[in-house]
Amino acid sequence: MASVTYEHVWKKFGDFVALHDLNIEIADKEFLVLVGPSGCGKTTALRCLAGLEEVTDGKVYIGDRVVNDIPPKDRDIAMVFQSYALYPHMTVYDNMAFGLKLRKLPKQEIQRRVETAAEILGIEQLLKRRPRELSGGQRQRVAVGRAIVREPQVFLFDEPLSNLDAKLRVQTRSQISKLHQNLATTFIYVTHDQTEAMTMATRIAVMNKGKLQQLDTPQELYDRPANMFVAGFIGSPAMNFFPARIRRDDGAVYVDADEFAVRIPDHKAGVYMPYDGKEVIFGIRPEDIHNPDFAPANINSAPVEAKVDVTELMGNEIFLYLVSGKNNYVARVDPRSRYNIGEQVRLLFNMDNFHIFDPSLDAENPVAIR
Amino acid sequence: MNLPKLNRLLRRIPLHLVVLALTLIWIIPTIGLLVTSFRPVEDINTSGWWTVFSRETKTSTAYDQWCSSCHGEGQDVAGVDLSDPAVVSELNSALRLLAFMRRGHPDISQNGQMPTSQEAADIAATLQGLTGEEESARFTLDNYIDALVGYRGLQTYTSDCADGTPPSGFTCNFLRDLGNRRGMGRAFVNSLLVTIPATILPILFAGFAAYAFAWMDFRGRQVMFAILVALQVVPLQMTLVPIFRIYSQLGLNGTFLGVWLFHTGFGMPYAIYLMRNFLGGLPRDLFESAYLDGASHWTAFVRLAMPLAMPAIASLAIFQFLWVWNDLLVALVFLGSSNPVVTYQISNMVTSLGAGWQLQTAAAFISMILPLIVFFAFQRYFVRGMLAGAVKG
Repeated sequence: MASVTYEHVWKKFGDFVALHDLNIEIADKEFLVLVGPSGCGKTTALRCLAGLEEVTDGKVYIGDRVVNDIPPKDRDIAMVFQSYALYPHMTVYDNMAFGLKLRKLPKQEIQRRVETAAEILGIEQLLKRRPRELSGGQRQRVAVGRAIVREPQVFLFDEPLSNLDAKLRVQTRSQISKLHQNLATTFIYVTHDQTEAMTMATRIAVMNKGKLQQLDTPQELYDRPANMFVAGFIGSPAMNFFPARIRRDDGAVYVDADEFAVRIPDHKAGVYMPYDGKEVIFGIRPEDIHNPDFAPANINSAPVEAKVDVTELMGNEIFLYLVSGKNNYVARVDPRSRYNIGEQVRLLFNMDNFHIFDPSLDAENPVAIR
Repeated sequence: MNLPKLNRLLRRIPLHLVVLALTLIWIIPTIGLLVTSFRPVEDINTSGWWTVFSRETKTSTAYDQWCSSCHGEGQDVAGVDLSDPAVVSELNSALRLLAFMRRGHPDISQNGQMPTSQEAADIAATLQGLTGEEESARFTLDNYIDALVGYRGLQTYTSDCADGTPPSGFTCNFLRDLGNRRGMGRAFVNSLLVTIPATILPILFAGFAAYAFAWMDFRGRQVMFAILVALQVVPLQMTLVPIFRIYSQLGLNGTFLGVWLFHTGFGMPYAIYLMRNFLGGLPRDLFESAYLDGASHWTAFVRLAMPLAMPAIASLAIFQFLWVWNDLLVALVFLGSSNPVVTYQISNMVTSLGAGWQLQTAAAFISMILPLIVFFAFQRYFVRGMLAGAVKG
């Protein structure tokens, strides 16, 4: 059981900066998910912690111990690889016992641990088989089992679900969450799948291009993304963005995106008052765009018009792909709605949940104005 | 069987025929050699190997030309009673017949000529036919026995020993005579002594090197590997003289150690190259997982890399084994006659006069036995070996 700390960690591969001044504090027993698009440095961050990569600068702590110069095997961590990395020539039992044998544990202890882990994961009947005789899901569980038997201070998961089919992924997700509760150990989990991140994490670290974008609880990330990257990354379908201007008119504050102008509710208007006349990015999630017929009653709504380009019926909702001037955006509306392609429609923005980003400091990744 | 299946089978017949024909063409010389190696030397000298499958037809032309007037009614080959099979069997080979003729019957060559050895063989065969004595068996193991013990006499090892006149240097105790320096038996053992270490050593060292090149970080790794690969172009012949001189100074000439070192040195560049590519093709995760599990490089090498590299090791071992087993040049230069190996012995089987090539046929097959066993036992690795490193998994 231990906390993990990244302190000003840099990792460079030649000229390429994989980790850019990474600072993360992970509390004991936390389930932290590192999430981001591929190439964002999340796996590198994990590998630096595991000791499979050396950090270029900065310090990595496990507990109170700086582990920069400690070899992987002495860091007291266990890792589940994306490919599972099971030893193909060993049985499941030997796969799980390998690390323990190398640590010279007594035979009975090894057997006890392997059998306990196998029972937790429901793979007792597979112990004598070899990895190639197992299905993808079983292999994944063996890989987890191999980590469990080590009873490490920190568990590392490197996209462990990405090789499973969609249904199994959902099942395994909840199993790993349960495992975290049972083991009460620090879990650090890397994924590119924001659904995994949202469902499992106690906190999520969103990364992009080697930089930590935001570190927060899932709900907070969803409700209050710190910048446009996080806003666009968390949530599916992604948040809609419109280039817009802040405009004061008659004491009210509007967001003017040419094709439409929506009024900012008065209790929030104060924040945006100073930006009068400035170019901003207006963001709204597809789920905050409603069909007026089925909109919730007590929301601050703002009407907009758009043309329906494509509709996708998902059963419990409809994805509307809309065109409005030069903007394309998506709405998730009530499944009872009936829309025809090419139809000009009226929709409501829920102005209780909107986001405004200021591109003046960082044009590539505008920061949220709150 | 349904119609399309039958159709396909029929359409394939020409293909199968062609393949069969090609195989036959390839294999016929070997079959001929194999059959010959089991035939008595007299038969080898008189007729082709294919005649063993048919009834023999003797030509009496030579006999008519040279000997028909020698004996018969009231005549004989000067004092030879041809009705006595024992006498005729004495004249069973061309060589002996010729010697006999020269010795006691100048009248045969009164017109100043002697029969050629082929004609003499024909005469001998006809004489045997005349006596009505069934000639010796069509197949015999004598060639193999003679080759194994290194017998170089006029008859065979078996018959000499049966006569109670052991050829010089032989005891007629077969097991003891197998140790004879000039025999294939001794050479076979020598070849094993050369080949087994010369196969194991380079693969072992190449395994270490390949692991380092594949999974350990050190300066100049790429450069060193490139140099190693480039070393494969060094022709072995170029190094014979310098290494011979070094070996003379070290006293390694004529020793097994010298040959082991030589083969190890020349086997390693390719072995390292192949093994590195194989090990490098294994998933990185596997090794990282092992390191996290607490494995050192040594443990990862022994417990992970070696077991997983078995296909590569097997194919390498097969190729190295065959190469060393069939090598003549290195053995000739560094071992020579002090510890003769099979290839050296085969090349010495035939005398400078061309005699004894029946021994060579047998010797060739003795030397082939082990490679054939190796080939059939490990043939699935041959295909994999050629693909090793080429494709993943």
